[in-house]
Amino acid sequence: MEFTFYLSGAIAIAATLMVIVRLSAVHALLYLIVSLLAVAIVFYVLGAPFAAALEVIIYAGAIMVLFVFVMMMLNLGKTAAAKERDWLNPGMWAGPAVLAALLLAELLYILMQDGSTPASAAVVDAKAVGIILFGPYLLGVELASLLLLAGLVGACHLGWYEGRRGNGHDHENG
Amino acid sequence: MTMRTAEAIAAIPMHHGLMLAAILFALGVIGVLVRRNLIFILMSIEIMLNAAGLAFVVAGARWEQADGQVMLIFILAVAAVEVSVGLALLLLLHRRFQTLDADAVSKMRG
Repeated sequence: MEFTFYLSGAIAIAATLMVIVRLSAVHALLYLIVSLLAVAIVFYVLGAPFAAALEVIIYAGAIMVLFVFVMMMLNLGKTAAAKERDWLNPGMWAGPAVLAALLLAELLYILMQDGSTPASAAVVDAKAVGIILFGPYLLGVELASLLLLAGLVGACHLGWYEGRRGNGHDHENG
Repeated sequence: MTMRTAEAIAAIPMHHGLMLAAILFALGVIGVLVRRNLIFILMSIEIMLNAAGLAFVVAGARWEQADGQVMLIFILAVAAVEVSVGLALLLLLHRRFQTLDADAVSKMRG
């Protein structure tokens, strides 16, 4: 069982290394998603299934979708055709596909292993996390919600301000 | 339960998990320092936050407490806020300066 930990750790390190040396942002994003999935498997092996689920849903899902949206907005231009040709190049997918296939094999191994609980770790399940989250850490939860609201207002303000300023500026120039 | 815990500690030593977190954090620091593209800098900050969360979860698994996962939830919230505001700033910068180069905006004026 413990070799899944080391294999996932190696995959996470390799994928993260590729993130910081890739030139194309989309390639780096693919490797970053693979790295986050590998860290999720590490969490699962360590007996934190709730953290693993959160890692997949929020990090590899929601936050990476934000990155993808912004790259889609930025890539509109004359280089879009060249990018499109890049997407069809199978070589681009090889690295993330191999690493993700390793992770999938590892996941299948864990599922085949026995039942639903990780075999080698004491499980701290979602119930324990919820009890402590809304007990001693209640103030932290409130602060996190305040922080999320502040982030929402900040991002909204930045986008709105830019839209008005940018349009006005273009109008003046054109 | 304690038997399985003892097995777990023997199987995966805590310092291996902490070393993995340290390596990932170091890679994130290198990414922030080396890259000039703002998207890569944001991604490296994500890597660093994720490594910090990994360290918390490793420690929480070591002592079988849920505090590590609670800290991971807080780190997730911080990362979501940071990435939304950071990407909004990045779009602002791209529209105004037509570049994502961090060196192009090293002067803080107007």
